[in-house]
Amino acid sequence: MAKITFPVEASHIMMFARAVGDTNPVYHDAAAAKETTAGGIIAPPSFAQAVAQFDPDYHLRPKPGQKWFGSAKGPSGIDEKPASSGGLHAEQHFEFHRHIRPGDVLTVETKPGKVWEKESKRAGKLTFRERVTEYRDQKGELVITARGVGVTTERPVDQG
Amino acid sequence: MTLKASALKVGDTHSERVVENLSRTQIVQYAGASGDYNPLHSDEVYTTQVAGYPSVFAHGMLTMGLTGKMLTNYVGDGTLTNFGVRFTNQVWPGDTLDAKATVTAIREEGGQRYVDLALSTTNQDGKEVVAGSATARIDL
Repeated sequence: MAKITFPVEASHIMMFARAVGDTNPVYHDAAAAKETTAGGIIAPPSFAQAVAQFDPDYHLRPKPGQKWFGSAKGPSGIDEKPASSGGLHAEQHFEFHRHIRPGDVLTVETKPGKVWEKESKRAGKLTFRERVTEYRDQKGELVITARGVGVTTERPVDQG
Repeated sequence: MTLKASALKVGDTHSERVVENLSRTQIVQYAGASGDYNPLHSDEVYTTQVAGYPSVFAHGMLTMGLTGKMLTNYVGDGTLTNFGVRFTNQVWPGDTLDAKATVTAIREEGGQRYVDLALSTTNQDGKEVVAGSATARIDL
């Protein structure tokens, strides 16, 4: 997978913190953040995942001139079954070597990990795929190591 | 504020209500901030008619972010060294979530003290939606 450049901006950190309902000033107020143990604005712990914004090929963002599988005139903008329709997030782990700060320019590289299958009563055959992502800073130093596990289900998860 | 080893013991807990009556708009807000525009989270027509779910549902990462808010409020700013979760059930519009951290160990490694925590986030029916663990640096 190609390396992605992830420039970290204070406004993006603020918007992300708002979206998770976190009003902690360490995520938006530079003066207040200076007085905390973090010593300045940092990103919330799960912010690293917002690298999706900087992946030019990210499949879960509509792109101009390309068909989108969400609804428009009809319930889906494509005729065939969307490739990612059964995909759900099963696990996410972050190891912090330090915390992300505004001004960081991260280089992000994802490598595929293990693949395994499991039978489930609620959703049929489950296929799990692991991805390991390294976030390195402008000095080449490791900032975050992330491990994500995605699962594709044979059918929608039964809510019973 | 950084937690102090002297003031902690195994079994201590901290919990917070991290969202009440989750709105579809907050889910959309998370889509915009994270860049994950999967229609399963914002497009009721697609999600009910094509994907076969009863309604749109929250990104797992939104629930992780909400759990992280409780966690950083407890351990302090910039002290986390590990944070991992499993998504055990989906989170739906209208859900109210409580996130809880339980101290599982207080230890020292290379002259630095750490607290290990077990994490659990549950909905209004007591069903667990996130199970996880975290580690943070603490003071003496």
